[in-house]
Amino acid sequence: MSVTTTTLAAPHGGRRAKDALARALVYLSAILAIVPLVWILVSIVAQGLPAILSASWWTQDLAGTTDRRAGGGALHAIIGTLEIGLVTAVVAVPIAVMGAIFLIEYARGTKWARIVSFMVDILSGVPSIVAALFIYTLMITLLGLGRSAIAASLALVLLMLPTVLRSTEEMLKLVPDSLREASYALGLPKWKTVVQVVIPTAFSGIATGVILGLARVMGETAPLLILVAYARNLYLSPSTSNMGTLPTMINSGRNVAETLPGYERVWGAALTLILLVMGLNLLARGIARASRLKDR
Amino acid sequence: MSTTQIHFANIKHGGDRSFRAGAIAAAVIVVLLVLFVGIFLAVIATPSLRRDTVNFFTSTQWNVGTGTLQFGIAGLLWTTALTAVVAMLLAVPVAVGTALLVTQYVPGRVGSTIGFVIDLLAAVPSIIFGLWGLKLLGPFLGPFYAWLQHVLGWIPLFSTGVESTGNVLTASIVLAIMVLPIVSAISRDVFAQTPRDHIEAALALGSTKWEMIRIAVIPYGRSGVIAASMLGLGRALGETIAVMIILSQTNTPGINVSLFAGGETFASKIANNAQEFDSPAKTGAYIAAGLVLFVLTFAVNAISRVVADRKVR
Repeated sequence: MSVTTTTLAAPHGGRRAKDALARALVYLSAILAIVPLVWILVSIVAQGLPAILSASWWTQDLAGTTDRRAGGGALHAIIGTLEIGLVTAVVAVPIAVMGAIFLIEYARGTKWARIVSFMVDILSGVPSIVAALFIYTLMITLLGLGRSAIAASLALVLLMLPTVLRSTEEMLKLVPDSLREASYALGLPKWKTVVQVVIPTAFSGIATGVILGLARVMGETAPLLILVAYARNLYLSPSTSNMGTLPTMINSGRNVAETLPGYERVWGAALTLILLVMGLNLLARGIARASRLKDR
Repeated sequence: MSTTQIHFANIKHGGDRSFRAGAIAAAVIVVLLVLFVGIFLAVIATPSLRRDTVNFFTSTQWNVGTGTLQFGIAGLLWTTALTAVVAMLLAVPVAVGTALLVTQYVPGRVGSTIGFVIDLLAAVPSIIFGLWGLKLLGPFLGPFYAWLQHVLGWIPLFSTGVESTGNVLTASIVLAIMVLPIVSAISRDVFAQTPRDHIEAALALGSTKWEMIRIAVIPYGRSGVIAASMLGLGRALGETIAVMIILSQTNTPGINVSLFAGGETFASKIANNAQEFDSPAKTGAYIAAGLVLFVLTFAVNAISRVVADRKVR
């Protein structure tokens, strides 16, 4: 009898050992997941900090500088990344928001919603290199246009669109029907209900999604590699065929010897890109958290 | 009075109609984009595929510079599949482990902090992962690779001598870290939804924590984890820049089965040669490779979606 009680209170050696092993493995897995993140962040900050602390980093491009010479900056790449990101967002966000409105406000529960929703899933799984090839075939092979920053933006639209559409859809779902019904009862037509009641209610959530989508496309490299040539000079026009961006700046300098000044600039560009992308991510999370607190 | 009403109704209808048309147009754009990606790639690739003088699926050659086109995807397919599968074998156990830790082992607040940190991995751009893999992780693992090759060299997978740390294994490890946050986040969500009474029933039967997880949490979350893994696999198959930077290209023809070999995936092959898209025939060969990659990721993502849907029902 007493044996039974002991068994219940404390499992036998084998079972207890397995339990302890599982616990150890689970903790180990978290360590395995966090070590690379810390390693990446620490090494990039350590190696990139000297470059970005110089004033010229933020005010000059690399015109007239070679990898063998110090000085110059990343202004061309920072402007290029921001500009391409902005053009992408201007095209992608309206389509994404309207698409989400279609799914939630017009086609909810229908077979059309299921088809479109399936396609959004597929689109979000399209590799960036495939999106780039698609825009290449469309704009360069078929339409005979050259490479340009706009072409790169259009490829990035394919990547940003599903991200923003999904997050907007989730937010629209959360808007209670009672709000829509109240609006209808006041005589507002459906479109005004959506524009003046549903969208404002979901606004912070939509903004979060847009910022996260922007962070994703600003860190993308493959479409830029194929659709726009890297330039060391600052170019402003979106139709230019050469434009520097932070990811392609890293890529173009990745084989620079460690002893040359250009090597430091590669890590500087990496740190700048991380600051930009992580900054946008933290901003998005901040907005999400703040609006959740307000709702309570 | 009645005129006002008709007037009112008209305004309402006009605005409604165009807004609705806008929403439908956006939905149509999404559907067409996916269809066009497939159709355009197929149309542009076809002439080159017709002129291909070797079997596209079984050849490992890639000579597109000169007059006769000889290109096949066997080598690309092998490297793409090997890097992605090894990456998943490394990533899924760790992702499931972290998801269990966050949902079952630590209090909610600690759990969400750990989850937040792991999610930050998803915010690191792939070029940064590439740079890290090339400059830091690869060289760091060099001695370990040499030891592994020494001990396990009799297995074909570990057969080749380690010539460069820019090999398939380094690429796989980096890919594993890149897909980890995706698989981990979804696993966390499904594990967190395990019904309370399943957990309590298991514990009431005298289960240890691990036994409770095995009989209550894992069966409940299994299909979610599978769907998440397929999603991660799709991402790993198509990842471009990190793999391109890390993997050293080899000039030896044929397939090298070793994890210590270099090589090229579909994506890295295309990206490596982006500057050489000068003739339609040549470009078509790369676009054919891109088409295969598209079909591959389409299939993997569709399977993921089907698995996830079955769970809901």
